[in-house]
Amino acid sequence: MARAAVSGRLTWLVATVRETKDETATARTLLLDVPGWPGHLAGQHVTAKLTAADGYSAQRSYSIASASAPDYLELTVQRVADGEVSSYLTEIAAPGDQFELRGPIGGWFAWPPADPRPLLLLAGGSGIVPLMSMIRTHEAVKSRTSVQLIYSARTPDDVIYADELSQRARVSPLIVVSYLYTRLTRWRKTPARVTPDAEVNAAAKHGGLFSRHPAPPAEPGAAPGPPPVRGYAGRLSADVLAKTAFPPELNPAVYACGPSGFVEAAAELLVAAGYPPDVIKTERFGPN
Amino acid sequence: MSVVTRGFTGHRRDEARLPPGQYLERGFPVLQAGPTPPVKTATWTFTITTETGATTRWDWKQFTALPVEDITTDIHCVTQWSKLGTHWRGVSLDTLLDGIETNAAYAMARSYGGYTTNLPLPDLRDGKAWVAYEYDGKPLPPEHGGPARLLVPHLYFWKSAKWVTGLDLMTQDKRGFWEQLGYHDYGDPWREQRYQGD
Repeated sequence: MARAAVSGRLTWLVATVRETKDETATARTLLLDVPGWPGHLAGQHVTAKLTAADGYSAQRSYSIASASAPDYLELTVQRVADGEVSSYLTEIAAPGDQFELRGPIGGWFAWPPADPRPLLLLAGGSGIVPLMSMIRTHEAVKSRTSVQLIYSARTPDDVIYADELSQRARVSPLIVVSYLYTRLTRWRKTPARVTPDAEVNAAAKHGGLFSRHPAPPAEPGAAPGPPPVRGYAGRLSADVLAKTAFPPELNPAVYACGPSGFVEAAAELLVAAGYPPDVIKTERFGPN
Repeated sequence: MSVVTRGFTGHRRDEARLPPGQYLERGFPVLQAGPTPPVKTATWTFTITTETGATTRWDWKQFTALPVEDITTDIHCVTQWSKLGTHWRGVSLDTLLDGIETNAAYAMARSYGGYTTNLPLPDLRDGKAWVAYEYDGKPLPPEHGGPARLLVPHLYFWKSAKWVTGLDLMTQDKRGFWEQLGYHDYGDPWREQRYQGD
């Protein structure tokens, strides 16, 4: 049973790597069997503890990527330069390896699936991870709430879960994904990765707004909806926000996660655009 | 008994100054639950309210005219980073609490934006806590809690409330924002009191 808040003592549980999955050149998902794991709310995180043979140990916090399940969770870890724990988890950890973790932690940056408000998600880089848990939970609980994800990444190659996000946006009329690519100049110099999102990449090369999937043939009389996957060149701006986000009048629940600079800028733009500060929940990582 | 993680050796650059489970951070991460509230010094006030409801209030001009102290201290965030030898300037809570009559044993720090955190009152006395308004020789930036934040460096840093605007003195302990969400009531990094039950 998922808990809104940490209650009672949080004990260390043993996590065993079931499988690993490379998401980008520097991000890897670990599928973990964790006997005793109670489940969680989308958005919560864990503390992972790695212990060396001589007893030296190191702890770090990681967001949970999966929807709630007993005895199981997925973490997606972004390798940071010279990262003591992230290097191990993204480069060395293999099926069968074990470490400890405890949680779920953080009842604030968490999406209660019964929340009827539209869900506006803003991700910067690996800040997508807890938001992906929300998107997966949305599907798992068959929520009827509309979801808009605005995902800022350096280049299309840096997008985590790209295929799954495209697929979900295609399949569900409730989910719309907008990508912002912040380093197109640099990206232009290297060949684009060939992915199912090749059209997105190609369109992004030309900058500005494009849409990949034309709206599905509308039923007679149905209003045309927004295309499920959109892309923009550049950083989040008031203009892009106005084009991609539920307006404040729809009273969305807003979650922004990413590096401190991204979240600070996003929160500032949101408040300036009229979203009440108390509907905006933020989670940041990394030094500024 | 801890499980040994195959192939993990670690970086081992911990110093004796790092509490258990912490790592050394050279930058200055920002942690907060929502947008940075805009706080102007023109309208800023700091208010101490005792258990009887008596209030003592300073505006920015009065506050910054109080005796100031330079503080060099290590800080420890519950999200595992520690930063060593940080430089602050601010007013000691001893100065602010001087002359205030109270039998309170606890305090609730209150911030612009609605954040709260609870602390035992003795942890705010005897040179252990400040309301800081400069960091590294410059006005405290908004994302780090400016114009003024609480600085209680011997506890995990969520106790050092950003954008602080007052203290409510209490005879009985009550839980603040993170404490209600499962974080420890006291938060001693050397005893690794991160969450309730630690």
